[in-house]
Amino acid sequence: MKKICLSVVGIFLTLFSAFAQPAAKDSSEYKSRKLTFEEANLVSSYYRQDGNNSAVTGGIGTEKLTDIASVIDVKLNKWDARNRKHSFDVEVGYDHYTSASSDKIDPRNISSASHVDSRLYPSVNWSMENQKKGSTIGAGVSFSNEFDYTSYGANVMFAQKTKNRNGEFTAKAAVFLDKVSLILPIELQPGYPNNVRGEDGERSKGDYGSSARNSYSGTLSYSQIVNQRLQVEFLMDVIYQTGFLGLPFHRVYFADNSLHVETLPDTRLKIPIGFRANYFLGDKFIIRTYYRYYHDDWGLSAHTINIETPYKITPFFSITPFFRYNTQTAIDYFAPYKVHTAADPFYSSNYDLSKFSSNFYGAGFRIAPPKGVFGIQRLNMLEVRYGHYTKTNGMKSDIISLNLKFK
Amino acid sequence: MSITKKKGYIVSVALAAFAATLLGSCTTVKEYQKNKLNDGEMTLGSRKIEKAENSFQSYREGASGANGGKTGGGCGCN
Repeated sequence: MKKICLSVVGIFLTLFSAFAQPAAKDSSEYKSRKLTFEEANLVSSYYRQDGNNSAVTGGIGTEKLTDIASVIDVKLNKWDARNRKHSFDVEVGYDHYTSASSDKIDPRNISSASHVDSRLYPSVNWSMENQKKGSTIGAGVSFSNEFDYTSYGANVMFAQKTKNRNGEFTAKAAVFLDKVSLILPIELQPGYPNNVRGEDGERSKGDYGSSARNSYSGTLSYSQIVNQRLQVEFLMDVIYQTGFLGLPFHRVYFADNSLHVETLPDTRLKIPIGFRANYFLGDKFIIRTYYRYYHDDWGLSAHTINIETPYKITPFFSITPFFRYNTQTAIDYFAPYKVHTAADPFYSSNYDLSKFSSNFYGAGFRIAPPKGVFGIQRLNMLEVRYGHYTKTNGMKSDIISLNLKFK
Repeated sequence: MSITKKKGYIVSVALAAFAATLLGSCTTVKEYQKNKLNDGEMTLGSRKIEKAENSFQSYREGASGANGGKTGGGCGCN
């Protein structure tokens, strides 16, 4: 009888355990296995500049340029069976610009390269975060195309958080394989002044030769939480470029009045080192700072500092004045209009590579109410920012940008 | 040693000393203590709205990089 009772209890327990549901997990641990939308950003900007040192006309002449840029960025994520977070970042950018100096490449053919031109630049990035281990790996590809320039890019990255999750080390490697169309100034094109054109009177990309420009970069960074109000980041890049590193339509006038095309070394090694520190002062002020030291083997050194002080008028509305200062030395191969001589192995009259200091200052505001901007729940954040830029060589520009974030 | 190299060396040493001092004073901050650090304005790195600004600065100036963005590729830059 005792055996029968024990057998019945045994069978009951076996059946109970067989049909029992597993213990319910905490719902807060639920992670979607499906690909879900995280956020999307639309960033649009309008930029205009003017100056009198255009490289297209040998360091003299107008630098007038306008650019309208828009970038749409969509972030999606999903969790895999091993509880790792996969993030997918899909971005498409489009620039439309007008450039007065580019008319001077070939004043008879202002529709090609590029009185008016556009640039399309899509990219896709993937990353996989293992929250248990605190590590992330990722990879991405990018493409950019405009009339006289095409670029293919690829990158891989690895990040590891420290044991206490207060620090993170990141390593990234990227390669860009670019192609520059060799569009020479009209006077230096073969057959000038009777240059042959396409049937429609204009030239297409295929009418020009091209040259490669490859860039390889390695990035190391380390971010650290110092205390409840302060976090810092150290960054260092090593960038090596090879190929055609000037631009073929940049004129250089020698002292003897002869005309040449900008000629620069076919390799360039750049080493920038940066440091960021963000500090939350009291309950309303944030101080964002950035410093960069840059040096390359063309002889250019630069110091850049940037400071922004977002002030929270309410928890959901802030204004941000900012100031940036940059100072740089000239490359060894720079000289102004009609200063280079035939004795120079390399020559450029591009004032972007000359000695100067620049100031960039302005302000922005940011609205991120919990019920959405203008009551639109999906419109999570709106930010507008304006900046004015001046160089000591007289160039000045203005930029206004808008960022809409959807969640 | 050229003046530029000397300056670069001084900057590197100063940064390393500053980093060592700063990192030595770190305290462990728990997740629930990160409400200020997690504020949208406290993000380390450039924000989305700075994308076009970083882009024009890298073309109008000789220096670029060390800001977490791309380091080459993709513009004929008129």
